[in-house]
Amino acid sequence: MRLISFVFLLLISFFSIAAYGLNSPNELLPNAQQEKRAEQIGAQLRCLVCQNESIEDSNAELAKDLRKVVRQHIQAGESDKQIIQWMVDRYGNFIRLSPPFNFTTALLWLMPFLAFIIGCLSAFTTFRKMQKEPLPLNENEKKRLEKLMKES
Amino acid sequence: MNSLTRRRLLWGLPLGITVLAGGGFAKMLSSLRKGKFDPHKIDLPNLNKTIPNFTLEAVSSPYKNFNSSILKQQTKPVLINFFASWCLPCISEMPILKQLASQLSIWGIAYKDKINMIDLFLKHHGNPYQFLGQDNQGNIGIDWGISGIPENFLIIPGGIIRWHYAKPLDYTAISSLLSLVR
Repeated sequence: MRLISFVFLLLISFFSIAAYGLNSPNELLPNAQQEKRAEQIGAQLRCLVCQNESIEDSNAELAKDLRKVVRQHIQAGESDKQIIQWMVDRYGNFIRLSPPFNFTTALLWLMPFLAFIIGCLSAFTTFRKMQKEPLPLNENEKKRLEKLMKES
Repeated sequence: MNSLTRRRLLWGLPLGITVLAGGGFAKMLSSLRKGKFDPHKIDLPNLNKTIPNFTLEAVSSPYKNFNSSILKQQTKPVLINFFASWCLPCISEMPILKQLASQLSIWGIAYKDKINMIDLFLKHHGNPYQFLGQDNQGNIGIDWGISGIPENFLIIPGGIIRWHYAKPLDYTAISSLLSLVR
């Protein structure tokens, strides 16, 4: 039983890889290379309805319309940058799933590097402290050590 | 600073960070509940800019069609209302729109709709619109930056978008809208 369900899950996961939000094959561009570009652009654009999905993944009507717009612009010979800019002009940077680097997003983009530098610094200071020789025992400590040794 | 106080400070650090982050999240959640913060809100870049150029398809005889140049020539503010006969929140918005129509001219754009359905809808729920056109393909809606319907835009003379509301109109929205018009 377990094996059967495992095989079943495996099969499902294989088929789901190709599950895009495309409603019908008519949406696809006849030129495979152009279609691939359209999918790459669409994957970078947020569906404004179901906001954590890209327009390629979403089944919303608006996402469908935006997919169509992307494909029309590709057929008109526009570059990827121009098409994304067209979308940003209408919906703002919010439509881009990866936000551009600017003053407000600087902390967001630089955080991994900052975290790495802070980590390196703290590791460096900790290791340096570990390498220091411990101080010799003072009189009180020596007496306490002797006492403890006798007890055992 | 001796090592003991330093150690205590370091122990306190995670606690401090937790308190700070928790406080931040609590503030976010409370303003979310009060309606002051909406993570789904789309700040349209066309706010305070000129309307896009468009021509709408006409609906039918009693309804007067319009386009962007007519809208730009207005000397009084106009509320542009994107709606559709298939949209339930648009029905809930209708009573407010009809009340508003006495104080502000409202022009409608029927989004991805059919002429006979628009006609039926307006006959059934009333017609607050002075002008009415339709955006059959939804491309004009995209040019305006709408993400759903109903959506409302206040256009001031010169064709500038002064105000945008992406939810069905309610009385708080109306009061902020009317304060802009007066």
